[in-house]
Amino acid sequence: MSRITQRFARLAADKRAGLVAYISAGDPDPATSYQILKGLPDAGADLIELGMPFTDPMADGPSIQLAGQRALKAGITVDATFDMVRRFRREASDRDTPILLMGYYNLVYQRGAARFCSQAADAGVDGFILVDLPPEEADELKPHALAHGLDTVLLTAPTTDDKRLPAVLKYSSGFVYFVSVLGITGTKSASEDAVAAHVARIRRHTALPVGVGFGIKTPEQAAAVARHADAAVVGSAIVDRVKAGLDADGKVRPALVPGVLDYVRSLAKGVRSVRKA
Amino acid sequence: MATSPNSFRIGPDERGHFGLFGGRYVAETLMPLILELEKAYNEAKADEQFTGELTYLLTHYAGRPSPLYFAERLTRHLGGAKVYFKRDELNHTGSHKINNVLGQVLLAKRMGKTRVIAETGAGQHGVATATACALFDIPCVVFMGAVDVDRQAPNVVRMKMLGAEVRPVTAGSATLKDAMNEALRDWVATCETTFYCIGTVAGPHPYPAMVRDFQCVIGNEVRSQMMEAEGRLPDTLVACIGGGSNAMGLFHPFLDDAGVRIVGVEAGGKGVETGEHAASLTGGRPGVLHGNRTYLLQDGEGQITEAHSISAGLDYPGIGPEHSWLKELGRVEYVSATDEEALEAFQLLCRLEGIIPALEPAHALAHVTKLAPTLPRDNLLVMNLCGRGDKDVFAVAERLGI
Repeated sequence: MSRITQRFARLAADKRAGLVAYISAGDPDPATSYQILKGLPDAGADLIELGMPFTDPMADGPSIQLAGQRALKAGITVDATFDMVRRFRREASDRDTPILLMGYYNLVYQRGAARFCSQAADAGVDGFILVDLPPEEADELKPHALAHGLDTVLLTAPTTDDKRLPAVLKYSSGFVYFVSVLGITGTKSASEDAVAAHVARIRRHTALPVGVGFGIKTPEQAAAVARHADAAVVGSAIVDRVKAGLDADGKVRPALVPGVLDYVRSLAKGVRSVRKA
Repeated sequence: MATSPNSFRIGPDERGHFGLFGGRYVAETLMPLILELEKAYNEAKADEQFTGELTYLLTHYAGRPSPLYFAERLTRHLGGAKVYFKRDELNHTGSHKINNVLGQVLLAKRMGKTRVIAETGAGQHGVATATACALFDIPCVVFMGAVDVDRQAPNVVRMKMLGAEVRPVTAGSATLKDAMNEALRDWVATCETTFYCIGTVAGPHPYPAMVRDFQCVIGNEVRSQMMEAEGRLPDTLVACIGGGSNAMGLFHPFLDDAGVRIVGVEAGGKGVETGEHAASLTGGRPGVLHGNRTYLLQDGEGQITEAHSISAGLDYPGIGPEHSWLKELGRVEYVSATDEEALEAFQLLCRLEGIIPALEPAHALAHVTKLAPTLPRDNLLVMNLCGRGDKDVFAVAERLGI
């Protein structure tokens, strides 16, 4: 059983939903980024999405675009991202916290899917969320991910209708990620009713846990998602806290890491305030 | 090296792949919409009412067929092949872009879409889209890199006069690639009502094939015009390539004519050896961006690097996937011309033929000035003069100190 599957099993046993926290690897610099990553389990993150910065993040809004630019400017690479995960597995308080790499397919393709999967698994990565790899093209990655025990979390959207859902689910493992709004990351927020309806619809097709993301900015919104889904995913609002911790020259202020982790703590509190039946 | 197919004109397969290239690498939100577009396009192209309306507009609104013009003075000057120009710069709006836009906007209307978005580099596709949207009374938003907004100012004014909203994009290198990112971001939020009118033979399937089909009117006309003028097919075809839509439109109808030599000219910027260029096929390698796998300018990790060209329309780090396929098959030769060579060709055409070309086809012409003198006098060479230079005169004047 993968670390992701184990984690969702434990969340179910604890009768609560999980918090998936996203940060961009290397933002604002590799050292500070690692301090945030390492602190996430204690701050209440149940799973971690580690963004792989890309020059052309077509599905991301301004927050994650800027985070990626900060990280690339500070020299983040795929190897350095693997190293962050490797170190996390040695040093974090909860070393079993699943880590998914999130990003765009070209970085995987350039290394070769087989080699990328082998190196990721070796570093302690648990799975992928690749924004621009829909089921139509997922055959390129899936066999290599399977061979190395990595989960592939595919996205579903409000436009993914009942006819199409089985095609998405065929390639999904670990959990299903529901993109709750039409749009890019960190912009619009979905209503609780809409989230409830879509999650119920997805559950009719799969027994996989359902995570919901895009547009969750407050502990209250995280709690609202937790009432219906198995996990709430927060990204842009967290990387906005990274930006808030920089001074006018882009230098890291001492309060940056505690500020980010305090915010994650508040989101975790929101998610954990909901008791599941 | 891929093995040669029975025909070079059969691509793409049902999944939108041209060999290794093409495909549909887009966010899930867009996938159902792209499948819907593919279905709607397949139905439209089989519907005589649709094709009839498009032909009517191409004839009476855009001014097709564009002339095939024998450039006698240039031919004498170069002293080799007989040089013909396909005069697509004479189309309404001043370039070949209108061929594709009329098709796509008609399709948008047929699909019941109520808003059209487009990306533009030089502004020619933006102007064409703004024009068709004015004609069909559909709101239009054009994304344009902030650098291009400055260097192609006349086209920005034209788009605004036609009623389009121009949104300058400051992200990244603030050129065509970034405009496309921003258009895709808009589309993912508005896809239920908005039609994305892509200007070149790139993007996710079905765009590369659809835009090619709409642009094939260029090559189809050249076939019959050359038969009329010379009683036979041309020997050599030359066109410039950014994304590659004017080139594909000229080339595709001739791909299976083995005797026709076909040459695509990429933008060499300051020289391919300097690293500051936009020649994806010459200086790049296969990767995935903007919905398709194709040759891209990128670093070792797969981060996209910035393209450089004096021509805003060629300033793109990728190329249409069918061109990548044709390169691997060896059916089309791909070369490059530098900024300086294009500027010289630009001036040459002004003085010899009284035609002010856009900087994009000036790259094709730069190669013609090298190639034509090496060919025999009975070699029939056709270059696609795909855009006029009105938009470039101020930028060129500044560069030349006029």
